[in-house]
Amino acid sequence: MALLTVNGRQYDVDVDPDTPLLWVLRDTLGLAGTKFGCGIAQCGACTVHIDGAAMRSCALPLRAIAGKSIVTIEGLASGGLLHRVQQAWIDHDVPQCGYCQSGMIMAVAALLKDQPRPTDAEIDAAITNICRCGTYQRIRAAIHAAANT
Amino acid sequence: MNAASGIDRRAFLVKVAAASGALTLGFDVTQAAAGRAPEITAWIVIQPDDTVIIRVARSEMGQGTLTALPMLVAEELECDWSKVTVEFPRPDENLRRNRIWGDFSTGGSRSIRNSQEPLRKAGATARDMLIAAAAARWGVAANECRARNSVITHGPSGRTLTFGKVATAAAKIAPPTEVTLKDPAQWRLLGTPVRRLDVTDKVMGKPIYGIDVNLPGMLHAALMQCPVFKGTLKSVDESGIAAMRGVQKVVKLKDAVAVVAETWWLAKKALDALRIEWDDGGNGTTSGDSIRDFLLGGLAAGEAGIGRTDGNLAEGFANAAQRIEADYSVPFLAHATMEPQNCTVHVTGNTAEIWVPTQNGEAAMASAAHTLGISSQNVRVHKTMLGGGFGRRGATQDFVPLAVLIAKEVDRPVKVVWSREEDIRHDYYRPVAMARMSAALDAAGMPRAWHVRMTGNSIWSTLMPTALRGGVDRQFQEGFLADMPYDIPHYLADYAIRNTHVPVGFWRCVNHTQNCFFRESFIDEMAHAAGVDPLEYRRRLIGRHRHAKKFLAVLNAAADRAGWNTPAAPQTYRGLAVNEAYGTFVAAVAEASVGADGTVRTPRIVVALDPGTIVNPLTAEMQSESAVVFGLTAALYGEITIKDGRVEQSNFDNYRMLRLAEMPKVETVLAPSGGFWAGCGEPPVAVVAPALCNAIFAATGKRIRSLPLKNHDLRKV
Repeated sequence: MALLTVNGRQYDVDVDPDTPLLWVLRDTLGLAGTKFGCGIAQCGACTVHIDGAAMRSCALPLRAIAGKSIVTIEGLASGGLLHRVQQAWIDHDVPQCGYCQSGMIMAVAALLKDQPRPTDAEIDAAITNICRCGTYQRIRAAIHAAANT
Repeated sequence: MNAASGIDRRAFLVKVAAASGALTLGFDVTQAAAGRAPEITAWIVIQPDDTVIIRVARSEMGQGTLTALPMLVAEELECDWSKVTVEFPRPDENLRRNRIWGDFSTGGSRSIRNSQEPLRKAGATARDMLIAAAAARWGVAANECRARNSVITHGPSGRTLTFGKVATAAAKIAPPTEVTLKDPAQWRLLGTPVRRLDVTDKVMGKPIYGIDVNLPGMLHAALMQCPVFKGTLKSVDESGIAAMRGVQKVVKLKDAVAVVAETWWLAKKALDALRIEWDDGGNGTTSGDSIRDFLLGGLAAGEAGIGRTDGNLAEGFANAAQRIEADYSVPFLAHATMEPQNCTVHVTGNTAEIWVPTQNGEAAMASAAHTLGISSQNVRVHKTMLGGGFGRRGATQDFVPLAVLIAKEVDRPVKVVWSREEDIRHDYYRPVAMARMSAALDAAGMPRAWHVRMTGNSIWSTLMPTALRGGVDRQFQEGFLADMPYDIPHYLADYAIRNTHVPVGFWRCVNHTQNCFFRESFIDEMAHAAGVDPLEYRRRLIGRHRHAKKFLAVLNAAADRAGWNTPAAPQTYRGLAVNEAYGTFVAAVAEASVGADGTVRTPRIVVALDPGTIVNPLTAEMQSESAVVFGLTAALYGEITIKDGRVEQSNFDNYRMLRLAEMPKVETVLAPSGGFWAGCGEPPVAVVAPALCNAIFAATGKRIRSLPLKNHDLRKV
């Protein structure tokens, strides 16, 4: 059994400790907003916050995160209000198919916590998630907008 | 309809509704008839609270069809857009109702082109019925009433009723036999930028994609198909998984092995622990080199299917002032949708229920029925949201029969999810192709004769052989036939089909993706040989095409926006390309720089687009940006190679995708010329590679005749 805190709620999960966090979230806890894209931490569709830092959950075994606090896309909005990154995503019409956007938004939310006013170069270096629909231009605009709210 | 499975339907729906907020995105709700107003037409339900439910037959894979198609209905319906919600009708309902929603197939940039008339008529029909119902209630003439913003007003008395108040009565009125559609000049919604209806759910992680389907008692499966295409399964040694708890079953198929388990991770772990032997079916020695030699034979072959011939080639080549020749080639490409292929199936007796992210729900239904040997009537299909499509989930529904065959072996619902490696290695790839160009130029440098010999893997001959005419695959030659924009007195386009063992399929913008690169690069070669500016050269050559005005308009629009005749930024060079695909005219100007170390940068790409009529300029622009990234990714990095009969690439570490840092500034000039309807999802893909490679030629003097660019050494020497 492992004890997990996800979106402020505690869970006891009985799974193989080698299981990547992604599959615990999706298949055990039923939190399907975090996506499977590659399984090797390349695409970032599975990005969540672990103790506030953006991490790719598909290659992160459960045993490595015992006792840590996890936030997923389902827990990003609070008190009925969207996170400013989510709002900027709507204002700039970012999503197309939307599949990668949970991971994108989580990666950007963590970036803005560390670097409230990132430059383009800092954004390039930090946001390496893959979007096959090619929403990058709107993502960049939305990041700058969110940084200014 | 009888429920096709033993699942508690109510429990499932509640779960989905709770997970997806206000919009029931990704799930049909046509079965949830209780508490609903009757439909006015098959496309429209209006609830007593004025909510307008519009049905969308085509799939949503990012292209914005879930917003644009309802706009077509709403324009004529005169409803309040803020009250619109959407739902997908089920393919089996469509079958049962005599295909009342038409074709569900979503591809070829056809959704708007083929839906606009029936959808606008459905809106107008329902509007007339709502007005008739209000007029009857008031006892006045219908022509004294008008509808606007979901409110019907009786002109003389000023009385009003909202749509919701008369919807039930309207549903009982006989639909008008004829309706008049608005003149485009009267449109209030169409042609204006409208925010996507799915945007809020998509920033909250709420939409249900196929991979997110979660049913009571559901099992999970991971699979591996024979790594060599067309090979078969020989044996499976299961001793390595004997002690694994949670593993339910190992399913052995003709050419694949699957493990069914309590979670997907367990299934994948067990699959990896199996020792599997395959029979390569005789293709185990096929490699990139053997495929290349095979295609080179096609370039030189005496026999080829003629797609277009004008004048007399021999005459054209005689007395040429200049002759130029070049061979071009492109590799196989994978679709790599962000959501890997998947399908969830529950088989019970002679019925089945499936949940699938598909571009063609009817084909998925037929495929499942065929696999089980049952009638399509007995297959209930739920279309989910799609995490990308790009043609992978359309004409080829291979993920459906595989999942059905696995699910048939267990008595619970099974979700079959492909690993990324399976997804990359078992695609229906953009075909490998080559072109041999020979042209004769006159004294002024203009082409008198041009022979375009193509070769490569024909999609039609493998996926839909009935489309061939006299053995000629015209689709493989798209861009070189009547849609070829240039005036060439003596011209021949022919194609020697060379099919490999690698499966090929429709990849966003299909054969235009190689042919536009071949044609627009070679036209640049001609312009260079003539010593004429590439824009000016094209303008001279487009003269007599029946769509010359449209080609020239997009070419000029892109050139003007890019400032073709003004200097680019230091060390930055421009290239351009023009094309027509699926009825849409498109041109691009790419700006590129090449560093001393050979690194290519593309700071800016301008796209000019004429699809005739634009329904939603916002999503049209988004599709242009998307298409540029798709085309640029392929031009820079895209390459699927074959060794020992199998695909060498496996995941995003060796099948590279464009990332944010490499994103050019995309400027889209929407230039709808009116009078026709075409699409925006695919056409801009094709012009990106030639525009970029022409810019690289301008920058370096190196002519790129094969893709991707990563294989070229562009360092300064």
